[in-house]
Amino acid sequence: MNQKEKHSYLDGLLHGIISLLTGMKTTITVFFRKKTTEQYPENRATLKMFDRFRGTLTMPHNEQNEHRCVACGLCQMACPNDTIQVISKTIETEDGKKKKILDKYEYDLGSCIFCQLCVNACPHDAITFDQDFEHAVFDRSKLVMTLNHPGSHVVEKKS
Amino acid sequence: MFDFSIITHWIHQALTSLMPEGLAILIECVVIGVCIILMYALLAIVLIYMERKICAFFQCRLGPNRVGKWGTIQVICDVLKMLTKEIIDLKHSDRFLYNLAPFMVIIASFLTFACLPMSKGLEVLDFNVGVFFLLAASSIGVIGILLAGWGSNNKFSLIGAMRSGAQIISYELSIGLSILTMVVLMGTMQISEIVAQQADGWFIFKGHIPAVIAFIIYLIAGNAETNRGPFDLPEAESELTAGYHTEYSGMHFGFFYLAEYLNMFIVAGIAATIFLGGWMPFHIVGLDGFNAVMDYIPGFIWFFGKAFFVVFLLMWIKWTFPRLRIDQILNLEWKYLVPISMVNLILMVLIVVLKLHF
Repeated sequence: MNQKEKHSYLDGLLHGIISLLTGMKTTITVFFRKKTTEQYPENRATLKMFDRFRGTLTMPHNEQNEHRCVACGLCQMACPNDTIQVISKTIETEDGKKKKILDKYEYDLGSCIFCQLCVNACPHDAITFDQDFEHAVFDRSKLVMTLNHPGSHVVEKKS
Repeated sequence: MFDFSIITHWIHQALTSLMPEGLAILIECVVIGVCIILMYALLAIVLIYMERKICAFFQCRLGPNRVGKWGTIQVICDVLKMLTKEIIDLKHSDRFLYNLAPFMVIIASFLTFACLPMSKGLEVLDFNVGVFFLLAASSIGVIGILLAGWGSNNKFSLIGAMRSGAQIISYELSIGLSILTMVVLMGTMQISEIVAQQADGWFIFKGHIPAVIAFIIYLIAGNAETNRGPFDLPEAESELTAGYHTEYSGMHFGFFYLAEYLNMFIVAGIAATIFLGGWMPFHIVGLDGFNAVMDYIPGFIWFFGKAFFVVFLLMWIKWTFPRLRIDQILNLEWKYLVPISMVNLILMVLIVVLKLHF
């Protein structure tokens, strides 16, 4: 209302026409722009999801089959849905110290709500979400995944 | 330019040589009626497809593309689906008016559609007060809309119908005034005569400034007349479910839907006839080679090209602007369009009197 009172009749008319034309210019540029629609099943080979897309929780491993998880369990505590089970075991190192290491990192995709709280909670950036979203399986038990690869161990600190 | 009246005269002569004249005219009327209905249905399919594609493109989408190549068969499938749907009976509705309403709307639309000159010699209704008849016939539609709202026994429908009535009756004024402005320039109301006068230049060029203003006012008011675009309050989905056709199903709803799209085409067709030269090709004075090439393009292609261009303009407006409130709609009409078109009418009279037009 305030803006209306500022303009006189002709001034407001001109102002209105100009703003309408601005709107029409915007839409006509969108009209000729490349369309954003993804034709999903056909473009499966080339489909690229955006960076922040949350597909499946994964634990990246390097070439030596090493991950960065220290089995602290913060992700398990952060999870609102009890999706993550960090199963640790205690071993004795060469110099006689006791150390807790990761035995099994279980992740139930079926109850995950993709809130990313676990990734945010992780102090070592051991887990992350990847771009894979084709999750359909015939049995719910197949959705329970073990994220650490068999035979993997944690990255040794360089110190 | 090919003259279709040769064909129609030949058919008429062939028929009268075989049978008495009354019967021949009856047969011709039936054939023309069937042709108009067929063309109406075909155009509706084309327009609905066009609307869905253009709407999609304005929203950075692709639109229907699964049924047939580029989704071309999609609308035909939708029409078949619509035909198979049940027409429901409502309790406590005014059954007669409820069933009559869609036919009123579609009859008004048919009558107006018959006035459009498709090509040289292809005018169905063509007499000396053509423009007047056209305005009168197109106004019958509002009765259908009011009856639909009244007969449905539904508050949403009634509110939608009332809004539609208020809106159509007010915008009828600026449509009338903008066409009147052009009638001052044209000096005739016969549609074939109007097109014939534009052989040496379309009226939008001949009438320059006032003609352009009248064209813009006509487009705005025409958009409001068809209950489309930013003026679609009568069927405002978010407030009134579907406005006056909330309670209709099956082909009765289909009639409203068809009439909406065809009314848009009719508005565009009238704009093409009055402002953009109907089926007259585009000529530039002095370029004879160019003019000769333009003459080879048949008249109906020119007509449909121009009409679809105006349809595109209307869709562009529709998919750009948000819906107005009822007070804003009436404000726009009574405070802006009517005064401007009155001043424009005087301007046009002055230009015609002082012979400042081309």
